[in-house]
Amino acid sequence: MTAVTDSQKLAYIAGQAADARVNVEIETEGMTLNMGPQHPATHGTLRIVAKLDGEQVVSCDPVMGYMHRGYEKLVEVRTYPQVTTLVNRIDWLGSFANEVPFILAAEKLMEIEAPPRAQWIRTVLFELSRIANITLFLGDMGVQIGALTPVFYAFRDREFVLNQIEAVTGGRFHPNFDRIGGLRDDLPKGWIADTKAAMDKVRDFCDELETLLSGNEIFTARTRGVGIIPGDVGLSYGLSGANIRASGVDWDLRRDQPVGLAWNEVDWKVWTHPDGDSFARYWVRLQETREAADIVDKLLDGLPAGPVMAKVPRIIKVPAGEAWVSTENPLGEMGYYVVSKGDLGPFRVKIKSPSFNNISIIPWVMRGVYVPDVITILASLYFILGDIDR
Amino acid sequence: MSSPEDDAADTPAEGLPAETAATTGDVTSEMDQPPPASLSDQPTADEEVTGDQVEATVEAAEAEGHADMTAAGVGDEGVDPEPEGPPVAEAVVAAEAGLEPDTAPEQPEPEPADPTSPDSSDELRLGLLEVLKAELGDGVVGAHIIDGDDLWVRFTPEAWREAGQIAKGKLGCTYFCFLSTIDWLPSPWGRSEDSPLDVPRDPATIADATPGYAGGWSRFQVFARVQDPTRGLGFTLKVDVPMSMELPTWIPVYAGADWHEREAWEMYGVRFVGHPNLVHLYLPTEFEGHPGRKDFPLLARQVKPWPGIVDVEPMPDEADDSGEDGAEAPAAEASRA
Repeated sequence: MTAVTDSQKLAYIAGQAADARVNVEIETEGMTLNMGPQHPATHGTLRIVAKLDGEQVVSCDPVMGYMHRGYEKLVEVRTYPQVTTLVNRIDWLGSFANEVPFILAAEKLMEIEAPPRAQWIRTVLFELSRIANITLFLGDMGVQIGALTPVFYAFRDREFVLNQIEAVTGGRFHPNFDRIGGLRDDLPKGWIADTKAAMDKVRDFCDELETLLSGNEIFTARTRGVGIIPGDVGLSYGLSGANIRASGVDWDLRRDQPVGLAWNEVDWKVWTHPDGDSFARYWVRLQETREAADIVDKLLDGLPAGPVMAKVPRIIKVPAGEAWVSTENPLGEMGYYVVSKGDLGPFRVKIKSPSFNNISIIPWVMRGVYVPDVITILASLYFILGDIDR
Repeated sequence: MSSPEDDAADTPAEGLPAETAATTGDVTSEMDQPPPASLSDQPTADEEVTGDQVEATVEAAEAEGHADMTAAGVGDEGVDPEPEGPPVAEAVVAAEAGLEPDTAPEQPEPEPADPTSPDSSDELRLGLLEVLKAELGDGVVGAHIIDGDDLWVRFTPEAWREAGQIAKGKLGCTYFCFLSTIDWLPSPWGRSEDSPLDVPRDPATIADATPGYAGGWSRFQVFARVQDPTRGLGFTLKVDVPMSMELPTWIPVYAGADWHEREAWEMYGVRFVGHPNLVHLYLPTEFEGHPGRKDFPLLARQVKPWPGIVDVEPMPDEADDSGEDGAEAPAAEASRA
């Protein structure tokens, strides 16, 4: 399951040795470096307090809560249809993907299922959110390391995807399109051809980025061997998504945990990388973007006909019970644990957001690294602040 | 700063019988009612504390320009502990009196005598459960299986860490998903103050706090989810939080439990013994109280009812129409499937 290479092991041992060496060889005075809450390298109000010894990080603690909105409490005073608006704002770059697991959890408790066409369109929009989200990461990863060009390309090409999402849902960022029992609406006329053209542009962008970054000597020097996370450590910290696949763990909820969406209806590949370093995390996400474009194409080819909404009561009451549904969101495993008491609104919802787990490894992975690598590792772990603070 | 030690001083009040605790409570006219057990968790008319509450629960909630109204409402909240008392005390009494872990039946209806042997044909999940029961014996006190879907297992607090170790070591659940807390107390506030659909609860009925899957006897339950990434098989672990509000930490088993336990402590007041750094994660250091608890008022909702509640009021001519739909829809779906 976990493939830890020799280079990983050596780097890990070297990291441990560096950790032990700090403050032992030469008695030096430490320094506390405060990054954030407003810092260009943290894209969001995440504050990093790093204790330094020279250029090396002794300990590194993220401080969050600057954007904590208390969604788990707010959800308790809303009805089920009202919750999707709220959970849209958790990971604001892939909003539609946030709605889906919550709706699926409610549907699971109500024992209804959306019609096939709705499931397929959900999957298509889900993958479009993934592309819109990860495209920005790919540009951002470059800009954090000093390559300014990719981020402009990313913003340019992401727009094609957002246009397609907007054409269906009416919202570029916050679609609020998913409903219990299906979708609010069907696809507009001519959308499928437009989307396929947009997917070609996404593939072009991926190729372009590959030539700009992947082979770039400075980029590889800054990312290869930096921030190595072995697979078993990553799992015990709860890393998911591309972060754990970059550590050699072949685990993708889209394939391994079918929830009724249409991923298993088409052929696609789960990309992994054995190295577990920052470059691997970048590389896996790049491949996933290309793969997502292919998934969208294949899904649109096989889109079934039929209604997009099941027959559901106008006033939605969800039977008492507990349900856990998680999906493979752009940032990792996003899940909702919904406890219902047969009421109009949920009794308790635990929102398991991927970024919270993903950055909880920061104190572990930052020990012994050099200051510029802090930025690289932060960028490669890729978090959305709303997804941490909820 | 509110350290675990500070908090420890608060908790004995929750376990005290009503007569003893009454001497420490405030002097109100209602001497027959037990005093608010979680009084110390509530702001004591302290301006800066209530200010923090506003920050955490109101400002971020619905920023619709009613911050001025909030400031007015805070004073009432701080000095009026009366609504806090009955629900908590009732739940405590109920938990102490009738619902002891081993004597209480899991469900009112006649269930299989052993709550740890759910009626199921799901071999895979029954296998997981058998391993847990073989390793922990009496540590497993409840289980629930939905065939082909999910497994819930409830443990005693003493067996909590060992349960994690077995899940990780014996069952291959190396992926730590989350750890959190449920407060089973029904909200004494209702959905909103003047909503016709969910009126504030009568404190007398509040002891009907029913536990969820796999049973339970305490007001708070900690639940966690772990998964085996190779098999795509996960399950939910639950544990009743004892009156001392203390549980062993999971950090030695799953390193990622660190932040989750800090969140569970600050939101619900569950203290994880052995946690090296149990301090606030999201909230300001000086914040007092545990906002995740059901009896912690959501100030935004107290000040201004959620306008969206209008959406779910039945239309005058659709009142019985919706009832029909509700009965039909699942059946229609089932027949189609």
